[in-house]
Parts: sequence; structure tokens; C-alpha cells
Amino acid sequence: MTKTCPARPAHPLASAVPLALLIAAALAGCGNKEEPKPAAAPAAAPAAAPTITVRIGHVGPLTGPQAHLGKDNEDGALLAIDDLNAQGVEIGGAKAKFELLSEDDQADPKQGTIVAQKLVDAKVNGIVGHLNSGTTIPASKIYFDAGIPQVSGSATNPKYTQQGFNTAFRVMTNDVQQGLVLGEYGVKALGAKKIALVDDRTAYGQGLADEVEKSIKANGGEVVAREFTNDKATDFKAILTKIKSKKPDLIVYAGMDAQAGPLMKQLRELGIKSNFLTGDGGCTPEFMKLAGEAAEGQMCSLPGVPLDKMPGGPAFVNKFKVKFNTDIQLYAPYVYDATMVLADAMKRAGSADPAKYLPEVAKTDYQGVTARIAFDAKGDLKSGPISLYKYVGGKLQFVETVGGGAGGSGGDAPVPAKGDGQK
Amino acid sequence: MDIFIQQIINGLVLGSIYALVALGYTMVYGILGLINFAHGEVVMLGALTAYSTITGLLGLGVPLPLAALAGLAVAALLCMAVGYTVERIAYRPLRGAPRLAPLITAIGVSIVLQNGAMMVWGRNYHAFPNLVPERQYDVFGATITLLQVLTVLLAALTMAGLMLLVLRTKLGRAMRATAENPAIAQLMGVDVNRIVSLTFVLGSALAALAGLMVSANYSIAHYYMGFILGLKAFTAAVLGGIGNLAGAMVGGILLGLIESLGAGYIGDLTGGFFGSNYQDVFAFFVLIAVLVFRPSGLVGEKVAERA
Repeated sequence: MTKTCPARPAHPLASAVPLALLIAAALAGCGNKEEPKPAAAPAAAPAAAPTITVRIGHVGPLTGPQAHLGKDNEDGALLAIDDLNAQGVEIGGAKAKFELLSEDDQADPKQGTIVAQKLVDAKVNGIVGHLNSGTTIPASKIYFDAGIPQVSGSATNPKYTQQGFNTAFRVMTNDVQQGLVLGEYGVKALGAKKIALVDDRTAYGQGLADEVEKSIKANGGEVVAREFTNDKATDFKAILTKIKSKKPDLIVYAGMDAQAGPLMKQLRELGIKSNFLTGDGGCTPEFMKLAGEAAEGQMCSLPGVPLDKMPGGPAFVNKFKVKFNTDIQLYAPYVYDATMVLADAMKRAGSADPAKYLPEVAKTDYQGVTARIAFDAKGDLKSGPISLYKYVGGKLQFVETVGGGAGGSGGDAPVPAKGDGQK
Repeated sequence: MDIFIQQIINGLVLGSIYALVALGYTMVYGILGLINFAHGEVVMLGALTAYSTITGLLGLGVPLPLAALAGLAVAALLCMAVGYTVERIAYRPLRGAPRLAPLITAIGVSIVLQNGAMMVWGRNYHAFPNLVPERQYDVFGATITLLQVLTVLLAALTMAGLMLLVLRTKLGRAMRATAENPAIAQLMGVDVNRIVSLTFVLGSALAALAGLMVSANYSIAHYYMGFILGLKAFTAAVLGGIGNLAGAMVGGILLGLIESLGAGYIGDLTGGFFGSNYQDVFAFFVLIAVLVFRPSGLVGEKVAERA
């Protein structure tokens, strides 16, 4: 039980990367384990309370084209683990020590199942992740078979929770909810009649694009082109040239920021004047960096309401910045919440045994950084508001929040849904 | 028609970058019979080094053209050093070994370089600065940017220069002799080790230039960018006939055009049955077709197998 200090990706070289970060994390996370903090020591000494070690598995792509997002997720989990240890959480009368076992799935479904099995074999108490829908879905079967609760902070493909696995949860809206909003917003609010769709053929991109297409048609828009790329591409001129010939009013991209940014830029280089709209995968600072001025005035959507409108939001942003000396990329707050949801369920169950606390995860009603978290029967968020943002002057500017009860009984969830402009 | 011309332009720009990278593969293969899978990573190192140098110099207030040239020079020097070192420590000790050994080493070197770059430059994408003014020209309704024109011109000039070097200079003759038969070349007074080193150094300099071009064109630099690019360029080299300089150029341009036209027209040609997601399938289909009918590539000549 002592060998698992913080994140340890598969490759020794890979793990050494943001060396400073990991060392900092190691000092913070492991330091606590060796020597109790001064404040806690006097209390612990007389009572000699028993301690248990709770091991949380985290999986995301720590190498490859989406490594920056994977690291962001891992940082979110690390922050949650540190906070939990600092709070001195008690589970069933025993003082809990949280540890993070981080694995790298390279955003590859095959690798995803391999590391999932590895974490199951290591007998982790719960899983946070994976990042991509394409890796989360195959891995969820392995966690289900082992009876280990899994909370993903970023897998949005609806299939993930439709498989009937009682271990699968997510603290993020799914693509049906987001696709609905993107399609409707494109047609109604942006007034686009002819819309071109591009996706990256991953479970996430394809799934989201399918939902957007349905929503566009339902709202009376026309999909004039449906083009495809992949999640490692940098050149989009061929498909964009084809799109140009269809003269769309709006181009919707379903995929991640590493492609969305260059795609946006090349779109303008080809002299295409269409508006651009993308989902959560492209709603990052990285997108704006890569697209440069071309991003100005274009829009994206993110599940939940903006962090600065949430009770603990601004504080979280600061804490993250101080600890990791970098800005939040995308899903770190969601992953933080996912970790907290697991810990919260363990507290209420009085046990970290997956079989014992799993029923409590389903009963979650937790005020997270990103939303008030409560699950429906499938494991999706009960309340699924989607916020739209505009890229203005290199920053994401909040425009409006749409929906709130897309998943069912949204009425009881006290989310400050700011759906002002939306009918 | 304007769409067709636009696709040709897209293909030419992409193709000239492929060609430059493919030259690195083909030169090494021609002389050593070794597929240097680490070559794509050298391109990546070139791009990231150029990125750091250029943004650093721009931050100091150095004018852009000067910073760009300095970026290219520093990237070329670093890549040459890396190419030399890799050959010296990873390939030379294995020169007499069975062919599989250096191939595996090459993949190993590629992983080491990639992860090394990840440690130095981090996992984030870097936005490459604009090196030339964003000027667009209209060609029969299609758009071409100044940067694209420069990319194609520079690539063509570099390739012409390389051809001159190989076909007209003493060094080139020594390279050709070594490629034909290293043992006899050695007997004729050619320092084979020096020629091999120079080939790696030269190929790496081309890689640095290609890296700069890729990053400038797509405004992106990332530690993972070399892998796919290397794979594509290797394909281009095989398509043209690996080991043959002209073949690498033809193969590169052709692959660029095939990809571009494939993505653009495959949907229309098949009535929407295949979409642009079959872009790569289409490119590799052409490769297989070429190899079935011309196993040594389009321009490649039949060469006797060398141990």
C-alpha cells in the first residue's frame, strides 16, 4: 500500500514530464502519508484512530495529441485528492487517506481497456475517468464486471450510461443534451439555414455530430455537408474546400481543440466567411491560441454553468492556478467534482468498499464546483444546463445558459439556471 | 473549377512538405538500407526549436525576418546535431547486424526523442507565430496565401539544390558510390563513415526546414506532430521508390495531391457512399496499387538486394 504515490503513468519518461508538478504533487500527496500534518497530529495521537487508505484510479490520455487535456484532468483529480486529505475525511470512523493511481490510455480504446484492467487488478476503490468517450465506454464494462463505481468528468457519448451498468456515472451533460442545444442555437439564435458538419470520427465527435444533425433538421435547418477528419489531423484544407463549394452559413465542428483551432484558422485562409460553432471539446484556451484572430466572435458550448457563477467557482480557479501554476484547460473542475462525488458517497456509506458505497453514489446530492450533482436512473446528471460562450479578445465570454432540466426532473435541482433569453 | 484548382493548390503545398521529409527517409535508405523511423521526430524537433527561438527573439524585439532566419538556423543546427548523434550511437554500432535490429532501434530512438520533447516543451500545443504577412492571392477563384507560395518555392529550390549536390559534386559522387557498394567505395578511398554521417546531417537539416514549414503553415507545434507526418512521408518515399531522390519528390507531391483530391471528390464519385473519412484509405489504396504493379515504386529502379 505504500508504493502508490501520486500519478504514475505507464512510461517512466512520460511520467517525468511536468516534473515540477509531479514532484510538487508527490511532496504534497505523499508527504501527508509519511508524517501527519501538525494540526492533525495532536488529535490523532490520543485517540489513535484507525486509518484506511482509499485508492482512486484516474485515467486519461497523458501522452499523444490530447495529452494537455489528460494532464488537466489529472490535475483536477490531484487537487481533489489533496483537498480530501487536507480535510481529514473520516469514513466509518476511520481516518481516510486518499491516493491517486493515474494511468495513461493515450485516448486509445484498446489501451483504455488494458489500463482499466490494471486498475481493477490493483483493487482501486473507485474510478474517475476516462477522458474520452471512446475509451470510457469499453472500459466501463471492465469496471462494471468488477463492481467498481466509475464517474467520468468528460465522457459525453450517451451510450456510456445506456449500457445498463449500475457502476457508470458522469458529472457532465451528454451529447444528446448538448447536440440539441448546439443545433437549435445554430438555427434559431444564429439564424443559419445551411449548415456544414465536421467531426473527428471518435465516439465523442461522431456521437455529438449525429445529435447536432438531428437537432438541426428538427429545427428546420439544412445540413449541406457532412465531412470527416481524425483526432490526429492538422490539415483540413481538402474538406474545407469541399465545404466552401456548398456555401454554408455555419460550420459546426465536433471534436477536440487540437483540431478545432487549426481548422478554424484554415477556414479563414480559404476565404470562407461562415460562422463557426463547436462543442465542449473545442471550448478551451488552447483553441483560441491555435486559431488566433480567426476565433474572434465564434462560439462554443460547455456543459454546466460558468465557473464564476458557481458558489465555489472563482476560489477553485485560484486554487488550481496556485497549485499547478497553469490555467484550467477544460475538464479539471468536472474531474474534481467526480472525485468528490466518490468520496462523498463513501462518507455517507461509512465504507470505501465498492459494493457497500455504490448504492450511495446513485443517491448523490452534492454541491460541486460545476453543478449541483444528482444522478438519474441511468447515471446521467438530472439537471443538464448547457452554457454558450463567445471567443472575444482571446477570452471565453459567457453568453447564456440554455436548458437545465433536459435530463428529466430538473425542477428540484437548485442550479441557478440563467436561461434568460431562451424560450 | 475553382474548387478543383483549390484542391490542387492544397495538395501541392501538403505534397511539397511530404516530399521534403520523404527525402530524409530516402537518402538514409539509399545509403544504408535502413528505414530511419526517427526522422519524423527530427522534423518535430526542428519545428519546436524554431518555435522557441523565434518567439524568444520576437520577445526581445528582434525583427521578424531576422528571427525567422535565426529560428531556421538554430533548428537546422540542432537537428543536424541530433541526426549525427543518433547515427553515431544508435545505428553505427548495429551496421553489421541483421536488418531488424536497426529498425527496432529506430523505433526506440523515435520514442526517446518524442518523450524527450514532451519533457522539454510540455504537453500543450504551441501556436506558431506568423512568419510572413497574411496576404492572399486569387488564382481563378481559388485562394493561395503568400506563405503557401513560399513553401512550394522553397521546397522546390531545396530539392533542386540537393539534386545538384548529389549529381554534380564530389561529395555527391561519394554518396552515390557508397549507396552502390560501401565496401568497394571504401576501397576506392571514400570515407564511408563520414559519408553516412553527412547523409544523416543533411537529411536532418532538410527535416528542420520541413518542420518550420509545417508549423508555419498550420500554426501549430506539438511534441506529437512528427509521428503522423513521418508515417505519411515514409509512405510517399515508398510510393516514389524508396532510395531514389527523384522518387521521394514525385511520391511526396503525388501523395499530397491524392489526399487532397481524395478528400474532396471521393464522396461525389461514390454518390456519398464513401465520405472524406476514407481519405487515408484512398491514399493507401493508391500506394498498394502502385506497389502491386511496380514493386520498387514509381521512379525506383530494380536494385539487387544487399545484405
